[in-house]
Amino acid sequence: MSTVTVPNAIDTVFAELKARGETALIPFMTMGDPDLDTSVSLVQAAEAAGAHMIELGVPYSDPLADGPVIQRASERALKNRISLTDCISVASKARARGVQMPFILFSYFNPALQLGLETFFGLLKDNGFSGVIIPDLPLEEDAEARALAEAHGIHLIPLVAPTSEARVERIAAQAKGFVYCVSSLGVTGVRSTFHEGIDAFLSTVRRSASVPICVGFGISSREHAERFAGQCDGVIVGSAIVRQVEEALPLLTSSDATEKARGLAAVQQFIADLKPRATHS
Amino acid sequence: MSQVPDQHGRFGPFGGKYVPETLMNALIELEEAYEKYKDDPDFLEEVRYLLKQYSGRPTPLYYAERLSEQLGGAKIYLKREDLNHTGAHKINNTIGQAVLAKRMGKKKVIAETGAGQHGVATATVAALMGLECKVFMGEEDTKRQQLNVFRMKLLGSEVIPVLSGTRTLKDACNETLRYWVSHVDDTYYILGSVTGPHPYPMMVRDFQRIIGLEAREQIQEAEGRLPDVVVAAVGGGSNAIGIFHPFIDDKDVRLVGVEAAGRGVDTEEHAATMTKGRPGVFQGSMSYVLQDEGGQVLPAHSISAGLDYPGIGPEHAYLKDIKRAEYVPITDKEALDALSLLSRTEGIIPALESAHAIAQTLKIAPTMGKDEIIVVNLSGRGDKDVESIMSYLANEEGQQA
Repeated sequence: MSTVTVPNAIDTVFAELKARGETALIPFMTMGDPDLDTSVSLVQAAEAAGAHMIELGVPYSDPLADGPVIQRASERALKNRISLTDCISVASKARARGVQMPFILFSYFNPALQLGLETFFGLLKDNGFSGVIIPDLPLEEDAEARALAEAHGIHLIPLVAPTSEARVERIAAQAKGFVYCVSSLGVTGVRSTFHEGIDAFLSTVRRSASVPICVGFGISSREHAERFAGQCDGVIVGSAIVRQVEEALPLLTSSDATEKARGLAAVQQFIADLKPRATHS
Repeated sequence: MSQVPDQHGRFGPFGGKYVPETLMNALIELEEAYEKYKDDPDFLEEVRYLLKQYSGRPTPLYYAERLSEQLGGAKIYLKREDLNHTGAHKINNTIGQAVLAKRMGKKKVIAETGAGQHGVATATVAALMGLECKVFMGEEDTKRQQLNVFRMKLLGSEVIPVLSGTRTLKDACNETLRYWVSHVDDTYYILGSVTGPHPYPMMVRDFQRIIGLEAREQIQEAEGRLPDVVVAAVGGGSNAIGIFHPFIDDKDVRLVGVEAAGRGVDTEEHAATMTKGRPGVFQGSMSYVLQDEGGQVLPAHSISAGLDYPGIGPEHAYLKDIKRAEYVPITDKEALDALSLLSRTEGIIPALESAHAIAQTLKIAPTMGKDEIIVVNLSGRGDKDVESIMSYLANEEGQQA
């Protein structure tokens, strides 16, 4: 049976950015913090701020790879009983409101496993996702998910860490979409220094990968984004944005529409300010 | 039976390594070091020497004659792990892992702890071997187990209260893993049970097998034959796998794991992972997990902090599925009743964890013949629990008044 290959939107966006000499800005947000409808509005705000694609984070009870900021966001979302399928639906709702950029789901493995991997990837496809990141599913365990992702036209985006060493080549060789380079040892969260071998690490990944490479974990300012802009194709900003959302919660949860709009505008401005200036090379 | 785990750390469909990429090489390094040393005569001799001269092994297999007579059924033997240094089986594992850490050239160790037994056992071997030690403990547990917190400090360890999530063992495990991710280059993680990613379930089992190896030999010496039933409490499952494993190929020996039913398996306050959970991925491995429909892990409850955990080791999940072992629930109340009965008839105050195994024994011994034999793993002593028992009983009386 032959199928028509539709180009994945992630690949298309990276190709366009490369042609313009730009680095992708990829925000991360925890879905359902403070509620699903606000999440859809925040996704719109991110695009308006100039984000090129976005990671939609699924709250989880035991987020091993996350620091305190995203842990707190997850706890808030789980108090609202936000489910995996709720999070997935944010993509199609945002699309319906005119959002164009590619969607990437960020979820720990167990919620997807309990939903059933077939169903999970089917829903990702139906709701307009282009990629998925599963932080606790290393290469050794991802065979089934990788096959299903491919069958559904979804990129399973792998992580590599400064400690990956010899694994970098194997991971990068199979990567789809982009390689997510973890900037430092540790969990997600704002930090002032990166792993000392970060530059050598990024060039190793660059040499091994045939897809774009992006840097995440600890990136919280335009200075950080620009520091990496020349070495990679995109920067991922998570905790710093989730913390902005946390600080804007009184506004975002306000019943007064003007107040709420102020909250969204504050987050939007923060994201806009992260955007690295184009490298003119 | 076939050897488990396989090279991927799989016990049938269970086990594996579900951790962030940052930890993968540390686990591979650990796996390689363990493979290198596990049959090394010098390594084994150092572990054996410490188990004997430092911890006091072999522990006795004691015939509980008065208890057996009172129940009027099977002969009950108690494997006295409570007589180990630090009062529980936990030190079998911490000695093994600390010797390994030293051979790997690690100077810093970390550990998670619930009630503090594994934390104390880790702090103890860290002191013995001159390793810098940090123990992560849920803030709730640090309040409930202040004496153990002080004990660890006295032994020179730092105790780090964990403020995330439920502030109990589950979150102490998460926080230890998070810390390990950040300090993986110079720190060894001494995990306390047969849980977590490969190779921990296999390695901790191997270090705890000494319980079953001794018991098997001791019962043959005492009775000239193998027992009919082996009973052990199961939280993560290290004392149970330790005593079960050498009997797995003895098909006629029934293996019974006892999990904590808390206030009852039909309430929301229990830790009956096998009875009420279903397979999922939690803290690094595939096993049974207490979880809601969406795969969010549920908080567990048990009067025994050592059993108060929503997961269970993957080898137990495997033994359940191949029907080699059975797993049954015991409530807080049943465990407390068993604890007082054993204290009064034998003069042995068991740990609340071990009291669950005793409670199941009280149920099955009377149904068995006088020529039949039960071996119970008395995994720890109850001194640490006296305060919780007092407050539980006071609470019960308060509710009745």
